[in-house]
Amino acid sequence: MINLNDIMETINMISEENLDIRTVTMGISLLDCADSDANRACEKVYNKITRLAGNLVEVVENIEKEYGIPIINKRISVTPIAMVAAASDGDPVMFAKALQRAADATGVNFIGGYSALVHKGFSAGDEALIRSIPEALSVTNNICSSVNIGSTKAGINMDAVKLMGKIVRETAEITADRDCIGCAKLVVFCNAVEDNPFMAGAFHGVGEPDCVIHVGVSGPGVVQAALKKCPNGSLGELADIIKRTAFKITRMGQLVGTEASKRLGVPFGIVDLSLAPTPAIGDSVAHILEEMGLETCGTHGTTAALAMLNDAVKKGGVMASSYVGGLSGAFIPVSEDAGMIAAAVSGDLSLSKLEAMTAVCSVGLDMIAIPGETPAEVISAIIADEAAIGMVNSKTTAVRVIPAINKKAGETLEFGGLLGSGPIMEVNLTKSPKKFIDRAGRIPAPMQSLKN
Amino acid sequence: MKTVVSVIGNDTVGIISQVSAVCSECNANILDITQSVLQDMFVMVMLTEIKDLNCTFASFSEKMRVLGEKNSLDIRVMHEDVFNSMHRI
Repeated sequence: MINLNDIMETINMISEENLDIRTVTMGISLLDCADSDANRACEKVYNKITRLAGNLVEVVENIEKEYGIPIINKRISVTPIAMVAAASDGDPVMFAKALQRAADATGVNFIGGYSALVHKGFSAGDEALIRSIPEALSVTNNICSSVNIGSTKAGINMDAVKLMGKIVRETAEITADRDCIGCAKLVVFCNAVEDNPFMAGAFHGVGEPDCVIHVGVSGPGVVQAALKKCPNGSLGELADIIKRTAFKITRMGQLVGTEASKRLGVPFGIVDLSLAPTPAIGDSVAHILEEMGLETCGTHGTTAALAMLNDAVKKGGVMASSYVGGLSGAFIPVSEDAGMIAAAVSGDLSLSKLEAMTAVCSVGLDMIAIPGETPAEVISAIIADEAAIGMVNSKTTAVRVIPAINKKAGETLEFGGLLGSGPIMEVNLTKSPKKFIDRAGRIPAPMQSLKN
Repeated sequence: MKTVVSVIGNDTVGIISQVSAVCSECNANILDITQSVLQDMFVMVMLTEIKDLNCTFASFSEKMRVLGEKNSLDIRVMHEDVFNSMHRI
Protein backbone atom coordinates (compact mmCIF):
# COMPACT_ATOMS: atom_id res chain seq x y z
CA MET A 1 0.00 0.00 0.00
CA ILE A 2 1.16 3.50 -0.75
CA ASN A 3 2.57 5.46 2.18
CA LEU A 4 -0.08 7.54 3.99
CA ASN A 5 2.19 10.58 4.16
CA ASP A 6 2.80 10.44 0.41
CA ILE A 7 -0.94 10.32 -0.23
CA MET A 8 -1.49 13.28 2.08
CA GLU A 9 1.31 15.20 0.40
CA THR A 10 -0.22 14.75 -3.06
CA ILE A 11 -3.71 15.66 -1.88
CA ASN A 12 -2.37 18.73 -0.08
CA MET A 13 -0.56 19.84 -3.23
CA ILE A 14 -3.82 19.68 -5.17
CA SER A 15 -6.24 21.05 -2.59
CA GLU A 16 -4.10 23.64 -0.78
CA GLU A 17 -1.21 24.52 -3.06
CA ASN A 18 -2.92 24.84 -6.47
CA LEU A 19 -1.10 21.94 -8.13
CA ASP A 20 -2.57 21.43 -11.54
CA ILE A 21 -1.74 20.42 -15.06
CA ARG A 22 -1.90 23.76 -16.81
CA THR A 23 -2.56 22.48 -20.29
CA VAL A 24 -2.91 19.46 -22.51
CA THR A 25 -2.21 20.75 -25.99
CA MET A 26 -2.77 18.78 -29.18
CA GLY A 27 -0.39 19.79 -31.97
CA ILE A 28 -1.87 19.34 -35.44
CA SER A 29 -0.05 19.74 -38.73
CA LEU A 30 -2.04 21.64 -41.33
CA LEU A 31 0.56 21.35 -44.09
CA ASP A 32 -1.72 18.99 -46.01
CA CYS A 33 -4.54 21.54 -45.89
CA ALA A 34 -2.88 24.06 -48.21
CA ASP A 35 -4.95 24.68 -51.34
CA SER A 36 -4.90 27.22 -54.14
CA ASP A 37 -8.53 27.97 -53.26
CA ALA A 38 -8.57 29.70 -49.86
CA ASN A 39 -12.16 28.64 -49.10
CA ARG A 40 -11.31 25.01 -49.73
CA ALA A 41 -8.16 25.33 -47.59
CA CYS A 42 -10.22 26.73 -44.70
CA GLU A 43 -12.67 23.86 -45.03
CA LYS A 44 -9.80 21.36 -44.89
CA VAL A 45 -8.36 23.13 -41.82
CA TYR A 46 -11.71 22.96 -40.03
CA ASN A 47 -12.26 19.32 -40.97
CA LYS A 48 -8.80 18.17 -39.94
CA ILE A 49 -8.89 19.91 -36.55
CA THR A 50 -12.38 18.70 -35.69
CA ARG A 51 -11.55 15.16 -36.85
CA LEU A 52 -8.40 14.87 -34.73
CA ALA A 53 -9.41 16.96 -31.72
CA GLY A 54 -13.16 16.25 -31.68
CA ASN A 55 -12.95 14.28 -28.46
CA LEU A 56 -9.88 15.99 -26.93
CA VAL A 57 -11.85 17.90 -24.30
CA GLU A 58 -13.97 14.89 -23.31
CA VAL A 59 -10.98 12.53 -23.02
CA VAL A 60 -8.96 15.02 -20.98
CA GLU A 61 -11.92 15.72 -18.69
CA ASN A 62 -12.27 11.99 -18.05
CA ILE A 63 -8.58 11.75 -17.13
CA GLU A 64 -9.06 14.72 -14.83
CA LYS A 65 -11.91 12.93 -13.02
CA GLU A 66 -10.22 9.54 -12.76
CA TYR A 67 -6.88 10.81 -11.57
CA GLY A 68 -8.27 13.63 -9.45
CA ILE A 69 -5.81 16.15 -10.89
CA PRO A 70 -7.20 19.44 -12.19
CA ILE A 71 -6.32 19.94 -15.86
CA ILE A 72 -7.05 23.59 -16.47
CA ASN A 73 -6.78 24.05 -20.22
CA LYS A 74 -7.35 21.94 -23.30
CA ARG A 75 -5.76 23.53 -26.32
CA ILE A 76 -4.66 23.04 -29.89
CA SER A 77 -1.56 24.28 -31.69
CA VAL A 78 -1.37 24.25 -35.47
CA THR A 79 1.20 24.72 -38.22
CA PRO A 80 2.01 28.43 -38.64
CA ILE A 81 -0.91 29.62 -40.74
CA ALA A 82 1.38 31.75 -42.93
CA MET A 83 2.72 28.49 -44.42
CA VAL A 84 -0.75 27.10 -45.12
CA ALA A 85 -2.14 30.40 -46.42
CA ALA A 86 0.87 30.93 -48.70
CA ALA A 87 -0.59 28.50 -51.24
CA SER A 88 -3.77 30.52 -51.70
CA ASP A 89 -4.22 34.20 -52.37
CA GLY A 90 -7.20 34.93 -50.14
CA ASP A 91 -7.40 37.13 -47.06
CA PRO A 92 -5.54 35.32 -44.23
CA VAL A 93 -8.28 36.41 -41.79
CA MET A 94 -10.45 33.68 -43.37
CA PHE A 95 -8.11 31.16 -41.77
CA ALA A 96 -8.46 32.83 -38.38
CA LYS A 97 -12.23 32.54 -38.69
CA ALA A 98 -11.94 28.87 -39.70
CA LEU A 99 -9.75 28.25 -36.64
CA GLN A 100 -12.33 30.01 -34.45
CA ARG A 101 -15.08 27.74 -35.82
CA ALA A 102 -12.88 24.74 -35.04
CA ALA A 103 -12.25 26.07 -31.51
CA ASP A 104 -16.00 26.43 -30.97
CA ALA A 105 -16.72 22.95 -32.35
CA THR A 106 -14.05 21.20 -30.27
CA GLY A 107 -14.61 23.23 -27.09
CA VAL A 108 -10.92 24.01 -26.57
CA ASN A 109 -10.13 27.32 -24.95
CA PHE A 110 -7.40 28.42 -27.37
CA ILE A 111 -5.97 27.51 -30.76
CA GLY A 112 -2.45 28.82 -31.28
CA GLY A 113 -0.65 29.12 -34.58
CA TYR A 114 -1.90 32.20 -36.38
CA SER A 115 1.81 32.63 -36.82
CA ALA A 116 4.68 33.42 -39.14
CA LEU A 117 8.36 32.50 -38.84
CA VAL A 118 10.35 35.35 -40.32
CA HIS A 119 13.64 35.26 -38.41
CA LYS A 120 15.67 35.66 -41.58
CA GLY A 121 13.15 37.22 -43.93
CA PHE A 122 9.60 37.17 -45.22
CA SER A 123 8.55 34.39 -47.58
CA ALA A 124 5.29 34.23 -49.54
CA GLY A 125 2.33 34.73 -47.25
CA ASP A 126 4.31 35.89 -44.21
CA GLU A 127 3.89 39.62 -44.56
CA ALA A 128 0.21 39.37 -45.51
CA LEU A 129 -0.43 37.24 -42.44
CA ILE A 130 1.45 39.60 -40.13
CA ARG A 131 -0.44 42.61 -41.48
CA SER A 132 -3.73 40.77 -40.88
CA ILE A 133 -2.98 39.98 -37.20
CA PRO A 134 -4.82 43.00 -35.69
CA GLU A 135 -8.01 42.21 -37.58
CA ALA A 136 -7.70 38.45 -37.01
CA LEU A 137 -7.35 38.92 -33.26
CA SER A 138 -10.22 41.38 -33.09
CA VAL A 139 -12.75 39.21 -34.96
CA THR A 140 -11.91 36.02 -33.04
CA ASN A 141 -11.90 35.23 -29.32
CA ASN A 142 -9.87 32.05 -28.93
CA ILE A 143 -7.12 32.36 -31.51
CA CYS A 144 -3.54 33.17 -30.55
CA SER A 145 -0.87 34.61 -32.77
CA SER A 146 2.90 34.63 -32.68
CA VAL A 147 5.71 35.84 -34.90
CA ASN A 148 9.32 34.65 -34.68
CA ILE A 149 11.57 37.56 -35.61
CA GLY A 150 14.99 36.27 -34.65
CA SER A 151 17.12 33.29 -33.73
CA THR A 152 20.65 32.53 -32.59
CA LYS A 153 21.30 30.87 -35.94
CA ALA A 154 19.77 33.57 -38.14
CA GLY A 155 20.21 36.86 -36.28
CA ILE A 156 17.37 39.36 -35.91
CA ASN A 157 15.11 40.42 -38.78
CA MET A 158 14.85 44.12 -37.96
CA ASP A 159 12.37 44.70 -40.81
CA ALA A 160 10.03 42.36 -38.97
CA VAL A 161 10.86 43.99 -35.63
CA LYS A 162 9.91 47.37 -37.07
CA LEU A 163 6.69 45.99 -38.50
CA MET A 164 5.75 44.19 -35.27
CA GLY A 165 5.98 47.44 -33.26
CA LYS A 166 3.23 48.81 -35.50
CA ILE A 167 1.21 45.58 -35.45
CA VAL A 168 1.24 45.41 -31.64
CA ARG A 169 -0.02 49.01 -31.48
CA GLU A 170 -2.69 48.44 -34.13
CA THR A 171 -3.87 45.31 -32.32
CA ALA A 172 -4.22 47.30 -29.10
CA GLU A 173 -6.09 50.10 -30.90
CA ILE A 174 -8.51 47.80 -32.70
CA THR A 175 -9.38 46.04 -29.41
CA ALA A 176 -9.22 49.18 -27.21
CA ASP A 177 -12.90 48.75 -26.25
CA ARG A 178 -12.03 45.34 -24.72
CA ASP A 179 -9.05 46.46 -22.59
CA CYS A 180 -6.75 45.93 -25.60
CA ILE A 181 -7.20 42.15 -25.19
CA GLY A 182 -5.87 41.45 -28.70
CA CYS A 183 -2.32 42.06 -27.52
CA ALA A 184 -2.68 39.44 -24.77
CA LYS A 185 -3.02 36.91 -27.60
CA LEU A 186 0.03 38.07 -29.56
CA VAL A 187 3.66 37.13 -28.84
CA VAL A 188 6.81 38.21 -30.66
CA PHE A 189 9.53 35.57 -30.28
CA CYS A 190 13.23 35.09 -30.72
CA ASN A 191 14.22 31.39 -30.84
CA ALA A 192 10.59 30.22 -30.77
CA VAL A 193 10.24 26.51 -29.97
CA GLU A 194 8.22 24.12 -32.13
CA ASP A 195 6.61 22.10 -29.34
CA ASN A 196 5.45 24.77 -26.90
CA PRO A 197 2.12 23.80 -25.31
CA PHE A 198 1.56 27.19 -23.66
CA MET A 199 -0.39 30.12 -25.08
CA ALA A 200 -0.22 32.60 -26.56
CA GLY A 201 2.96 31.38 -28.25
CA ALA A 202 2.06 27.78 -29.14
CA PHE A 203 2.35 26.65 -32.73
CA HIS A 204 2.99 23.25 -34.28
CA GLY A 205 6.46 23.23 -35.81
CA VAL A 206 7.18 21.76 -39.22
CA GLY A 207 9.51 19.13 -37.75
CA GLU A 208 6.73 17.73 -35.56
CA PRO A 209 4.62 14.65 -36.38
CA ASP A 210 1.19 14.99 -38.00
CA CYS A 211 -0.53 15.03 -34.60
CA VAL A 212 0.97 14.98 -31.12
CA ILE A 213 0.08 15.57 -27.47
CA HIS A 214 2.10 17.96 -25.32
CA VAL A 215 1.58 18.70 -21.65
CA GLY A 216 2.43 21.84 -19.72
CA VAL A 217 2.68 21.45 -15.95
CA SER A 218 2.47 24.14 -13.33
CA GLY A 219 2.77 24.47 -9.58
CA PRO A 220 4.40 27.64 -8.23
CA GLY A 221 2.26 27.26 -5.08
CA VAL A 222 3.71 23.81 -4.40
CA VAL A 223 7.28 25.10 -4.69
CA GLN A 224 6.52 28.05 -2.43
CA ALA A 225 4.89 25.81 0.21
CA ALA A 226 7.89 23.44 0.13
CA LEU A 227 10.33 26.33 0.58
CA LYS A 228 8.26 27.70 3.48
CA LYS A 229 9.12 24.56 5.43
CA CYS A 230 12.82 25.48 5.22
CA PRO A 231 13.03 29.05 6.57
CA ASN A 232 16.72 28.95 7.46
CA GLY A 233 18.23 26.63 4.84
CA SER A 234 21.15 27.62 2.64
CA LEU A 235 20.55 28.32 -1.06
CA GLY A 236 21.95 24.89 -1.91
CA GLU A 237 19.32 23.31 0.32
CA LEU A 238 16.61 25.42 -1.31
CA ALA A 239 17.79 24.29 -4.75
CA ASP A 240 17.42 20.68 -3.63
CA ILE A 241 13.90 21.29 -2.34
CA ILE A 242 12.92 22.93 -5.63
CA LYS A 243 14.39 20.02 -7.59
CA ARG A 244 12.49 17.44 -5.52
CA THR A 245 9.24 19.37 -5.90
CA ALA A 246 9.71 19.91 -9.63
CA PHE A 247 10.32 16.18 -10.02
CA LYS A 248 6.98 15.35 -8.40
CA ILE A 249 5.09 17.98 -10.38
CA THR A 250 6.59 16.77 -13.64
CA ARG A 251 5.69 13.15 -12.90
CA MET A 252 2.05 14.25 -12.90
CA GLY A 253 2.56 15.80 -16.32
CA GLN A 254 4.22 12.67 -17.65
CA LEU A 255 1.36 10.52 -16.31
CA VAL A 256 -1.35 12.71 -17.82
CA GLY A 257 0.53 13.04 -21.11
CA THR A 258 1.05 9.30 -21.60
CA GLU A 259 -2.54 8.55 -20.61
CA ALA A 260 -3.98 11.22 -22.94
CA SER A 261 -1.75 10.01 -25.74
CA LYS A 262 -2.92 6.39 -25.22
CA ARG A 263 -6.61 7.27 -25.07
CA LEU A 264 -6.50 9.60 -28.06
CA GLY A 265 -4.28 7.28 -30.13
CA VAL A 266 -1.86 10.13 -30.77
CA PRO A 267 1.90 10.08 -30.06
CA PHE A 268 3.11 11.71 -26.87
CA GLY A 269 5.31 14.73 -27.54
CA ILE A 270 6.84 16.44 -24.55
CA VAL A 271 6.26 17.66 -21.02
CA ASP A 272 7.00 21.35 -20.63
CA LEU A 273 8.47 21.69 -17.14
CA SER A 274 7.13 25.07 -16.31
CA LEU A 275 6.15 27.04 -13.30
CA ALA A 276 3.19 28.90 -14.74
CA PRO A 277 1.59 31.29 -12.28
CA THR A 278 -2.04 32.42 -12.10
CA PRO A 279 -3.44 35.55 -10.44
CA ALA A 280 -4.77 33.33 -7.59
CA ILE A 281 -3.19 33.74 -4.17
CA GLY A 282 -0.67 30.94 -3.59
CA ASP A 283 0.11 30.44 -7.28
CA SER A 284 2.81 33.04 -7.83
CA VAL A 285 6.40 32.81 -9.07
CA ALA A 286 7.16 36.20 -7.47
CA HIS A 287 6.13 34.80 -4.09
CA ILE A 288 8.64 31.94 -4.51
CA LEU A 289 11.40 34.53 -5.02
CA GLU A 290 10.18 36.34 -1.91
CA GLU A 291 10.09 33.06 0.02
CA MET A 292 13.74 32.64 -0.95
CA GLY A 293 14.51 35.79 1.01
CA LEU A 294 13.81 38.85 -1.11
CA GLU A 295 11.71 41.49 0.63
CA THR A 296 9.91 41.98 -2.66
CA CYS A 297 10.20 40.68 -6.19
CA GLY A 298 12.03 43.27 -8.27
CA THR A 299 14.60 44.28 -5.71
CA HIS A 300 18.33 43.62 -6.20
CA GLY A 301 18.96 39.90 -6.08
CA THR A 302 15.81 39.03 -8.03
CA THR A 303 17.71 37.96 -11.14
CA ALA A 304 20.00 35.67 -9.13
CA ALA A 305 17.09 34.11 -7.25
CA LEU A 306 15.17 33.57 -10.50
CA ALA A 307 18.22 32.05 -12.19
CA MET A 308 18.55 29.49 -9.41
CA LEU A 309 14.83 28.74 -9.42
CA ASN A 310 14.72 28.29 -13.19
CA ASP A 311 17.74 25.99 -13.19
CA ALA A 312 16.52 23.87 -10.27
CA VAL A 313 13.09 23.43 -11.90
CA LYS A 314 14.77 22.01 -15.00
CA LYS A 315 17.18 19.79 -13.09
CA GLY A 316 14.35 18.33 -11.01
CA GLY A 317 11.96 17.90 -13.87
CA VAL A 318 14.25 16.47 -16.48
CA MET A 319 14.50 13.03 -14.92
CA ALA A 320 10.76 12.82 -14.30
CA SER A 321 9.77 12.79 -17.94
CA SER A 322 10.88 10.72 -20.90
CA TYR A 323 10.69 13.72 -23.21
CA VAL A 324 11.17 17.26 -22.01
CA GLY A 325 10.66 20.22 -24.29
CA GLY A 326 8.71 23.38 -24.89
CA LEU A 327 9.82 26.39 -22.90
CA SER A 328 10.55 24.58 -19.61
CA GLY A 329 11.34 27.03 -16.83
CA ALA A 330 9.74 29.71 -14.67
CA PHE A 331 7.35 32.08 -16.42
CA ILE A 332 7.20 35.68 -15.27
CA PRO A 333 4.00 37.13 -16.76
CA VAL A 334 3.22 40.29 -14.81
CA SER A 335 -0.57 40.41 -15.07
CA GLU A 336 -0.95 36.68 -14.37
CA ASP A 337 0.99 36.62 -11.10
CA ALA A 338 -0.34 38.12 -7.86
CA GLY A 339 3.18 38.82 -6.53
CA MET A 340 4.35 40.45 -9.77
CA ILE A 341 1.21 42.62 -9.88
CA ALA A 342 1.82 43.78 -6.30
CA ALA A 343 5.50 44.52 -7.00
CA ALA A 344 4.65 46.44 -10.17
CA VAL A 345 1.95 48.47 -8.39
CA SER A 346 4.29 49.37 -5.52
CA GLY A 347 6.97 50.41 -8.02
CA ASP A 348 9.48 47.83 -6.81
CA LEU A 349 9.40 45.95 -10.11
CA SER A 350 10.42 47.97 -13.16
CA LEU A 351 10.46 47.14 -16.85
CA SER A 352 14.29 47.26 -16.81
CA LYS A 353 14.43 44.72 -13.99
CA LEU A 354 12.00 42.49 -15.86
CA GLU A 355 14.24 42.71 -18.91
CA ALA A 356 17.22 41.54 -16.85
CA MET A 357 15.11 38.71 -15.43
CA THR A 358 14.28 37.50 -18.93
CA ALA A 359 17.94 36.59 -19.45
CA VAL A 360 17.46 33.80 -16.90
CA CYS A 361 13.72 32.95 -16.94
CA SER A 362 12.00 30.57 -19.34
CA VAL A 363 10.75 33.14 -21.84
CA GLY A 364 10.59 36.92 -21.78
CA LEU A 365 8.68 40.13 -21.19
CA ASP A 366 5.22 38.72 -20.70
CA MET A 367 1.80 40.28 -20.16
CA ILE A 368 3.11 43.75 -19.42
CA ALA A 369 0.75 46.68 -19.84
CA ILE A 370 2.53 49.81 -21.09
CA PRO A 371 1.21 53.37 -21.49
CA GLY A 372 -1.12 53.93 -24.46
CA GLU A 373 1.04 56.76 -25.76
CA THR A 374 4.03 54.40 -26.32
CA PRO A 375 4.93 54.84 -30.02
CA ALA A 376 5.44 51.88 -32.36
CA GLU A 377 9.21 52.43 -32.58
CA VAL A 378 9.57 52.11 -28.81
CA ILE A 379 7.65 48.84 -28.88
CA SER A 380 9.94 47.70 -31.72
CA ALA A 381 12.99 48.68 -29.65
CA ILE A 382 11.67 46.72 -26.66
CA ILE A 383 11.25 43.73 -29.00
CA ALA A 384 14.78 44.22 -30.39
CA ASP A 385 16.34 44.36 -26.91
CA GLU A 386 14.53 41.22 -25.86
CA ALA A 387 15.41 39.38 -29.08
CA ALA A 388 19.08 40.33 -28.60
CA ILE A 389 19.07 38.73 -25.15
CA GLY A 390 17.58 35.55 -26.63
CA MET A 391 19.86 35.51 -29.65
CA VAL A 392 23.09 35.92 -27.69
CA ASN A 393 22.12 33.57 -24.86
CA SER A 394 20.74 30.86 -27.17
CA LYS A 395 17.42 30.90 -25.33
CA THR A 396 13.83 31.67 -26.17
CA THR A 397 12.79 35.22 -25.43
CA ALA A 398 9.52 36.92 -26.24
CA VAL A 399 7.60 40.12 -25.90
CA ARG A 400 3.91 40.23 -25.06
CA VAL A 401 3.24 43.85 -24.15
CA ILE A 402 -0.17 45.48 -24.13
CA PRO A 403 -0.25 49.18 -25.02
CA ALA A 404 -3.15 50.45 -22.89
CA ILE A 405 -4.80 52.80 -25.33
CA ASN A 406 -5.92 56.08 -23.70
CA LYS A 407 -4.45 55.06 -20.36
CA LYS A 408 -1.33 56.14 -18.50
CA ALA A 409 1.26 54.55 -16.23
CA GLY A 410 -0.26 53.77 -12.82
CA GLU A 411 -3.70 52.83 -14.21
CA THR A 412 -4.78 49.22 -14.72
CA LEU A 413 -6.04 46.97 -17.53
CA GLU A 414 -8.49 44.24 -16.50
CA PHE A 415 -8.40 41.07 -18.62
CA GLY A 416 -10.08 38.70 -16.19
CA GLY A 417 -9.58 34.95 -15.75
CA LEU A 418 -6.10 33.50 -16.10
CA LEU A 419 -4.90 36.64 -17.89
CA GLY A 420 -5.44 38.67 -14.70
CA SER A 421 -5.08 42.41 -14.44
CA GLY A 422 -2.16 44.48 -15.63
CA PRO A 423 -0.85 47.55 -13.82
CA ILE A 424 0.45 49.89 -16.54
CA MET A 425 4.21 50.14 -16.13
CA GLU A 426 6.50 53.08 -16.83
CA VAL A 427 8.33 53.06 -20.18
CA ASN A 428 11.19 55.42 -21.00
CA LEU A 429 9.52 57.74 -23.51
CA THR A 430 11.86 60.71 -23.13
CA LYS A 431 14.48 59.60 -25.64
CA SER A 432 13.62 57.97 -28.95
CA PRO A 433 15.12 54.86 -30.62
CA LYS A 434 13.37 55.81 -33.90
CA LYS A 435 16.45 56.25 -36.06
CA PHE A 436 17.87 52.89 -34.96
CA ILE A 437 14.59 51.09 -35.69
CA ASP A 438 14.08 52.90 -39.02
CA ARG A 439 17.44 51.62 -40.30
CA ALA A 440 15.77 48.19 -40.50
CA GLY A 441 17.65 45.37 -42.28
CA ARG A 442 19.05 42.44 -40.33
CA ILE A 443 21.27 42.09 -37.27
CA PRO A 444 23.76 39.38 -38.27
CA ALA A 445 23.81 36.10 -36.35
CA PRO A 446 26.23 36.24 -33.41
CA MET A 447 29.41 34.20 -32.92
CA GLN A 448 27.33 31.79 -30.81
CA SER A 449 25.69 30.60 -34.04
CA LEU A 450 28.94 29.28 -35.48
CA LYS A 451 29.04 25.95 -33.73
CA ASN A 452 29.63 23.60 -36.64
CA MET B 1 -7.98 -0.47 -12.14
CA LYS B 2 -7.20 0.37 -8.54
CA THR B 3 -8.22 3.61 -6.90
CA VAL B 4 -7.30 5.29 -3.66
CA VAL B 5 -10.26 6.59 -1.66
CA SER B 6 -8.94 9.16 0.79
CA VAL B 7 -10.96 10.58 3.67
CA ILE B 8 -9.68 13.62 5.54
CA GLY B 9 -11.42 15.53 8.33
CA ASN B 10 -12.56 15.37 11.93
CA ASP B 11 -12.86 11.92 13.39
CA THR B 12 -16.48 10.84 13.86
CA VAL B 13 -18.25 7.57 14.56
CA GLY B 14 -19.03 5.41 11.54
CA ILE B 15 -16.83 6.96 8.85
CA ILE B 16 -15.36 3.65 7.72
CA SER B 17 -18.75 2.00 7.73
CA GLN B 18 -20.31 4.70 5.56
CA VAL B 19 -17.46 4.76 3.05
CA SER B 20 -17.49 0.95 2.92
CA ALA B 21 -21.25 1.04 2.32
CA VAL B 22 -20.76 3.17 -0.80
CA CYS B 23 -18.03 0.77 -1.99
CA SER B 24 -20.34 -2.18 -1.54
CA GLU B 25 -23.27 -0.39 -3.18
CA CYS B 26 -21.10 0.28 -6.26
CA ASN B 27 -19.41 -3.14 -6.15
CA ALA B 28 -15.93 -1.76 -5.46
CA ASN B 29 -13.74 -4.32 -3.72
CA ILE B 30 -11.78 -2.99 -0.73
CA LEU B 31 -8.20 -4.31 -0.85
CA ASP B 32 -6.61 -2.44 2.02
CA ILE B 33 -7.42 0.17 4.64
CA THR B 34 -5.12 2.32 6.75
CA GLN B 35 -5.96 5.15 9.05
CA SER B 36 -4.06 7.57 11.20
CA VAL B 37 -4.19 11.01 12.77
CA LEU B 38 -1.85 13.37 10.92
CA GLN B 39 -1.49 17.03 11.92
CA ASP B 40 -4.62 16.72 14.11
CA MET B 41 -6.63 15.46 11.15
CA PHE B 42 -8.20 12.07 10.81
CA VAL B 43 -6.92 10.44 7.64
CA MET B 44 -8.27 7.20 6.27
CA VAL B 45 -7.12 5.67 3.02
CA MET B 46 -8.77 2.78 1.26
CA LEU B 47 -7.30 0.96 -1.73
CA THR B 48 -10.12 -0.38 -3.88
CA GLU B 49 -10.36 -2.50 -7.01
CA ILE B 50 -13.02 -1.04 -9.31
CA LYS B 51 -12.84 -3.26 -12.37
CA ASP B 52 -16.28 -4.74 -11.58
CA LEU B 53 -17.93 -1.44 -10.67
CA ASN B 54 -21.68 -1.54 -11.33
CA CYS B 55 -21.85 2.16 -12.10
CA THR B 56 -19.60 4.63 -13.92
CA PHE B 57 -16.39 5.81 -12.28
CA ALA B 58 -17.80 9.35 -12.28
CA SER B 59 -20.88 8.33 -10.32
CA PHE B 60 -18.81 6.29 -7.80
CA SER B 61 -16.58 9.30 -7.29
CA GLU B 62 -19.57 11.65 -7.03
CA LYS B 63 -21.28 9.44 -4.40
CA MET B 64 -18.12 9.62 -2.29
CA ARG B 65 -17.90 13.37 -2.70
CA VAL B 66 -21.54 13.82 -1.62
CA LEU B 67 -20.99 11.54 1.38
CA GLY B 68 -17.99 13.66 2.33
CA GLU B 69 -19.92 16.88 1.98
CA LYS B 70 -22.72 15.56 4.19
CA ASN B 71 -20.23 14.71 6.96
CA SER B 72 -17.89 17.71 6.56
CA LEU B 73 -15.15 15.44 5.28
CA ASP B 74 -12.93 15.71 2.23
CA ILE B 75 -13.40 12.42 0.34
CA ARG B 76 -11.55 11.94 -2.94
CA VAL B 77 -11.31 9.02 -5.33
CA MET B 78 -8.10 9.01 -7.34
CA HIS B 79 -6.38 6.49 -9.60
CA GLU B 80 -3.53 4.83 -7.67
CA ASP B 81 -1.09 5.65 -10.49
CA VAL B 82 -1.14 9.31 -9.40
CA PHE B 83 0.59 8.36 -6.16
CA ASN B 84 2.79 5.66 -7.66
CA SER B 85 4.16 7.96 -10.32
CA MET B 86 4.69 10.90 -7.99
CA HIS B 87 6.38 9.05 -5.14
CA ARG B 88 8.11 6.07 -6.74
CA ILE B 89 10.88 6.10 -9.29
